[in-house]
Amino acid sequence: MSHWRPSATTAQLRQRAQLLAETRSFFAQRKVIEVQTPVLAEHSVTEPDVQSIQVPGYGYLQTSPEYQIKRLLAAGMPSCYQLGPAFRHGERGRLHNPEFTMLEWYRLGYDHAQLMYEVADLVDALLGSKPYQRLTYQELIGNADGDSRAALDLAFAEACEGLTPGRFFITDYPGDQAALARINPDGKTAARFELVIDGVEVANGYWELRNAEEHRRRFATDIEVRQQRQLPTMAVDDAFLAALEHGLPECAGVALGFDRLVMLAAGATNLSDVLSFRGTP
Amino acid sequence: MATYSTNEFRSGMKVMLDGDPCNILENEFVKPGKGQAFNRVKMRNLMNGRVWERTFKSGESIEAADVIDLDMEYLYTDGEFWHFMKTDDSYEQVAAGAAAVSDCQNWLKEQDIYQVTLWNDDPIAVTPPNFVELEVTDTDPGLKGDTANGGTKPATLSTGATIKGVPLFINIGDVLKVDTRTGEYVSRAKT
Repeated sequence: MSHWRPSATTAQLRQRAQLLAETRSFFAQRKVIEVQTPVLAEHSVTEPDVQSIQVPGYGYLQTSPEYQIKRLLAAGMPSCYQLGPAFRHGERGRLHNPEFTMLEWYRLGYDHAQLMYEVADLVDALLGSKPYQRLTYQELIGNADGDSRAALDLAFAEACEGLTPGRFFITDYPGDQAALARINPDGKTAARFELVIDGVEVANGYWELRNAEEHRRRFATDIEVRQQRQLPTMAVDDAFLAALEHGLPECAGVALGFDRLVMLAAGATNLSDVLSFRGTP
Repeated sequence: MATYSTNEFRSGMKVMLDGDPCNILENEFVKPGKGQAFNRVKMRNLMNGRVWERTFKSGESIEAADVIDLDMEYLYTDGEFWHFMKTDDSYEQVAAGAAAVSDCQNWLKEQDIYQVTLWNDDPIAVTPPNFVELEVTDTDPGLKGDTANGGTKPATLSTGATIKGVPLFINIGDVLKVDTRTGEYVSRAKT
């Protein structure tokens, strides 16, 4: 048996190290500070489609550093990034692993349009320059049949897989898929974008919502949906809400699946090729 | 009845879909970062061999199919059914119909071992080994000494199957090794 062996080759792990170093140097040049927030914390997200791994007696492995970085920003931290592990329960497949590397960064004073340019700059620095196309959520999925959220999500996933080859920014998400993005002046769409490279969803960004009351409403809706779907109940992170009450500065933020980027750089099609070890169940 | 959830799906698992037993070939997890999760599953319908793809919401469950593959010895045919016997000394027999035996008819030789797929104890498929050895019952006369030239001819085997690509030196009564996946001549069997 060779089950002790790494799933990636040494050459691929070298390339990963190179990409990690280039990412840190990219942000150093732009004076964006690296931060480390706890991977294990008391609360996690209420989002019905993101499941957290609970650690009894301690809280949850974080699905993203979002809440904690926003608490740093509210406390006066300038533009910053975190490059480290994130965890999602039940996500396992060619492009998913319960533990993965997330690059998440926040830019004070940026809106989502400005942040898209910076995402493109980083991707160009890591994968080489290529043109980017932009299309709206509506343009991407067209008139998907069925209007249930599940049907839309499936249509979206399949349409993203079809965006290959090339680099695509998807914008103008429906308002009920805003997550923590603010609503555009049209009152219907969200100031949210995603980057898809060669059919692989790579990054998701927002012009960040700042209003604490609106957060409360969205969390309440999440919790309702969780009850309907009989998913585990998640308590709202009161420290995050308190930070919002104190005041989150104007900013835009984005989370990028770093392992997927490494996979694309390697010309691979499975995360197994670029992870040192594939997680166990 | 046992059920399997999408996150238990593995290739080789047998499940019921639309009333037919199916063999799971591939299970792909599909999920947009902020959206619901799905499993796109490729499976082979064991009744008709067709491969189809179906997308399930992650966490959905489907019924398990009581399907097993058994090595069994071929005994004889009565014209309507083909009779196979278990090799576990139980002497238990099953009778497979034409639909189950299908193309395997070409490769059946008494006392040889075949894989019989049982669904709720009924045979639904018979799979030959990759190679079988069968006797030639009819072919044009062999040409003495012609072992080097590349010429070939067809030959009829004891099962009634006709195979192509048989070298000219092969005679009636010779035993040939045949690849059942391609239906092609491999070599003259060592006697």
